[in-house]
Amino acid sequence: MCLGIPGEVIELMPDHDDLAIVSVEGVKRAVNIGLLTEEGGVEPGDWILIHVGFALSKIDEAEAKASLDFLTGLGDAYTEELQALAESDIT
Amino acid sequence: MKFVDEFRDAATARVLATKIAALCEPGRRYKFMEVCGGHTHTIYKHGLEDYLPETVSLVHGPGCPVCVIPMGRVDDAIAIAEHDDVILTSFGDMMRVPGGRGSFFDSKAAGADIRMVYSPLDALKIARKNPDKRVVFMAIGFETTAPSTAMTVLRAKQEGLTNFSVFCNHVTIIPAIKAILDSPDLRLDGFIGPGHVSTVIGCRPYDFIARQEGKPLVCSGFEPLDILQSVYQLLLQLSEGRCEVENQYARVVPWNGNTKALQVIGEVMELRPHFEWRGLGFISHSALRVREAYADFDAERIFNLPGVRVADPKACQCGEVLKGVLKPWECKVFGTACTPETPIGTCMVSSEGACAAYYNFGRFTRERVKEATRVDLPSPTVGAGEVAR
Repeated sequence: MCLGIPGEVIELMPDHDDLAIVSVEGVKRAVNIGLLTEEGGVEPGDWILIHVGFALSKIDEAEAKASLDFLTGLGDAYTEELQALAESDIT
Repeated sequence: MKFVDEFRDAATARVLATKIAALCEPGRRYKFMEVCGGHTHTIYKHGLEDYLPETVSLVHGPGCPVCVIPMGRVDDAIAIAEHDDVILTSFGDMMRVPGGRGSFFDSKAAGADIRMVYSPLDALKIARKNPDKRVVFMAIGFETTAPSTAMTVLRAKQEGLTNFSVFCNHVTIIPAIKAILDSPDLRLDGFIGPGHVSTVIGCRPYDFIARQEGKPLVCSGFEPLDILQSVYQLLLQLSEGRCEVENQYARVVPWNGNTKALQVIGEVMELRPHFEWRGLGFISHSALRVREAYADFDAERIFNLPGVRVADPKACQCGEVLKGVLKPWECKVFGTACTPETPIGTCMVSSEGACAAYYNFGRFTRERVKEATRVDLPSPTVGAGEVAR
């Protein structure tokens, strides 16, 4: 729950202006991007840090890779978080 | 992956370790608190204390939101879930947290409809799909998750949903740090500031720690080298007589935080006069509740809650662990009666809890030996004369 997970924005959802399809280690899920309006919004190809279905900050790809490495090292905690994300369906 | 390799580079770590050792005044002991459970995890996983001189110790703070939920609030949530027409939704982390009458898992086994969700927006979707049920979201977490709850309430209002509410247990990090600084049994020389909470609140709110309390704070990333770098920055400040808030994690944390996130929290929630923290007791203005304007989405107003304060189990010393007074292994039940499978205290429940981190990485044996042979000297506090601003 507390883990910030990096994901890559794949596309903005045309019928939901605050949602984007984001890929997290190959899992594609809708993520709310409504908290990044002050950061200039997001575009496909951007990397974001996701907390419980919401993007909280934009990061660069190198930081995303470093974060993923850290998360992978957490073991079960990260596996469970990814599992929960995979089951999430927030349209 | 070069970037990652650079962060893990053992040679760089050794260089930093040498620089850290050079900054330590002979005969002086230093105690820094890492506030965030994610940092605790990195420290034990990578054995970072092995890179530090014996005179520098790291103590764990209260930065695990699951760990600080008092038993009475778990019981209140279960009381909500026991209504026949209620679906209680919760992050998976909360499911095993023991209350006075058992955990969410126990209550679910006894027939309550309690469902795990990844996001409050998942809870909202369950509400849309079940118009004949009242769906309650168990909202927990520091400022990293509070904006998500607030956004979800705003969305529920916008959609005109009448069967969705949140049981708000959000806590705020600054008053907890303040409470620790006021604690007479722990003297600290500085703080390794939390990473992800700071993406929301920024670095500014920590200013009082430097200005009023005379302790330096460095917001830190989660890589092993980030944490060593932060220790170095803290020691450098102390050696130069400075006392400031610094941002080691600037690649993710903006100095002013996420203004939109702060704005939505302020729109939907307000500070409570006081809130009980597990192990720490009542702390003033340390938690958030739903504002009157959003009363229709506030489970505390909708349901009649027992609201009974339940004392922590006597054997459990989570409070001392959360304040950094005790190392996890110094707790009487650590690793014996209290394990991740059968947790007595919350610090053993969450993977970010200090006890679980110790337990999972099997470092407690080494720590036990190290601590048993360590001679403790008093740690001098930073004098007012050393405060640079």
